[in-house]
Amino acid sequence: MTNTLHRYGNSPSFRDDYILFALPCKGKNDDGAIDKLKTFLRICARHRPANMGNGNFGSYQPSRALNPTAHWNRDFSQDYEAVIGGIEKVGTVAAVFDSKDKAEAALREVIQADLGFSVNMSTSVEGAKDCCQSNGIHRHSVEYSLGFYDPHDHLPNSQVLELSTMCGHGMVSFNLAKKMLDMVREGRRSPEAAAFTLARFCPCGVYNPSRALRLLEQSRTVQR
Amino acid sequence: MQIDPNKCVACGNCIPVCPMGAIYIDPRINRATINYDECVECSTCFRGMSQEHLNPVMVRTVRKLAKFFRFRFEPEPDVCPTASFVMEELEWPRIARRVFSDPLVEHKSTGIHGRGTEEVKTNDVNARVGVGEAGYVIEFGRPGVGVRFREIQEMTRSLARLNITFEAKNPITHLMTDRASGDLKPDIVNEKILSAIVEIKTPLHRVPEVLEAVTQTAKRLDTVIAIGVSTRCDESGEETVLSRLLEEHGYTYYRAKTNLGLGRVTNIQKKQEAARDEHLASVR
Repeated sequence: MTNTLHRYGNSPSFRDDYILFALPCKGKNDDGAIDKLKTFLRICARHRPANMGNGNFGSYQPSRALNPTAHWNRDFSQDYEAVIGGIEKVGTVAAVFDSKDKAEAALREVIQADLGFSVNMSTSVEGAKDCCQSNGIHRHSVEYSLGFYDPHDHLPNSQVLELSTMCGHGMVSFNLAKKMLDMVREGRRSPEAAAFTLARFCPCGVYNPSRALRLLEQSRTVQR
Repeated sequence: MQIDPNKCVACGNCIPVCPMGAIYIDPRINRATINYDECVECSTCFRGMSQEHLNPVMVRTVRKLAKFFRFRFEPEPDVCPTASFVMEELEWPRIARRVFSDPLVEHKSTGIHGRGTEEVKTNDVNARVGVGEAGYVIEFGRPGVGVRFREIQEMTRSLARLNITFEAKNPITHLMTDRASGDLKPDIVNEKILSAIVEIKTPLHRVPEVLEAVTQTAKRLDTVIAIGVSTRCDESGEETVLSRLLEEHGYTYYRAKTNLGLGRVTNIQKKQEAARDEHLASVR
């Protein structure tokens, strides 16, 4: 899940980006973990996450047999149950929240459920600290992102980076993010449609369509 | 990855989808084609695009008509109208591309998907990074640039000269022929992948030295590097040593991954072993 660590942006830009993820450790706490992982995601689902994933697919998925009418009427709904029911083996599961309140509330229930495996939060340093304090727990370890080191100028502009790095596995390409920015600016796609298009490429379900929507709406008037 | 030329209608939807920019329309055949050397086998085109199963002849005819009348064709941008992508069976060493680039493929060496690393995500159970230690996650090729193993090897060789410890449970460490020199298996060095992570650990006081070595080596590599540094928090959940060290040396950080400390050993056998070890230690 380094795929959530290096999201491009400064602290304020993560105000709507809180990822809670759980990972059982092989040989230590993975006995009966599948049911517990499902419980974790059920708790998260109650707090209306912006996205959710079970390691194999997220709540926004591409279709293997799309009906051609979808070009006029694309389905943007989330399928939490498919994600929860789709956990077949022990691995990382994650939920993305677009507000601190939702993340704090979900974390509170996760703590009460006492599932036994490691739970991490990926967001701004202060954001995670606040969530811990409000729930009366102490951080165990912290991994800081020092960002990207790009001595040969391979990387694109900040708007493209903000959108594409929300899938840290690199499944949301720079060119697709740029295409969505252009389509929104030219009025050829709504920001919602563009955000959900990007989210469907992230198989882990950690892409944050709410943050993408905000960034795409901003991009209509500001080009960086 | 292959594109079936009998199905492809050259709509071009897949071109911006490819994280490596490896897909193009070949003007000689007027079909989407993959630059095989640049393709990292990440499966984004195959898996990420929605598929229709339209008749290719019918789609080509409609597209020709629209082109003749200069109609702007505006379909959904993430759809392959004729389901043209075909997954190939890969052999060594090319299969290394898929293992390191497709996040749904498990690394056999660690049993983990993605880049195959646990880092400090399970530190509350594993104690991988202890008090007074720093864990480093040095990631290559991300985002959107890719990397060849020979460039990773240049970094592992530089790090090996610093006499540091490579994390044993890491896919790149498993590809080393000699951990003391940082050499990787020679038959994979020219393979290109989307990204990979090298993990090392040092005492906290060596953080500036290691980061300096990493950034100096990175200047010689034709890729992008993302760096993460981790450590344990104190008993009250505070962390001031590493953060101060980073700030003193001019490194900025806004985002972090925080292990919330909720994990514990729950497997019964492991619990019994832990209790036995504790008992033996107290007897000694």
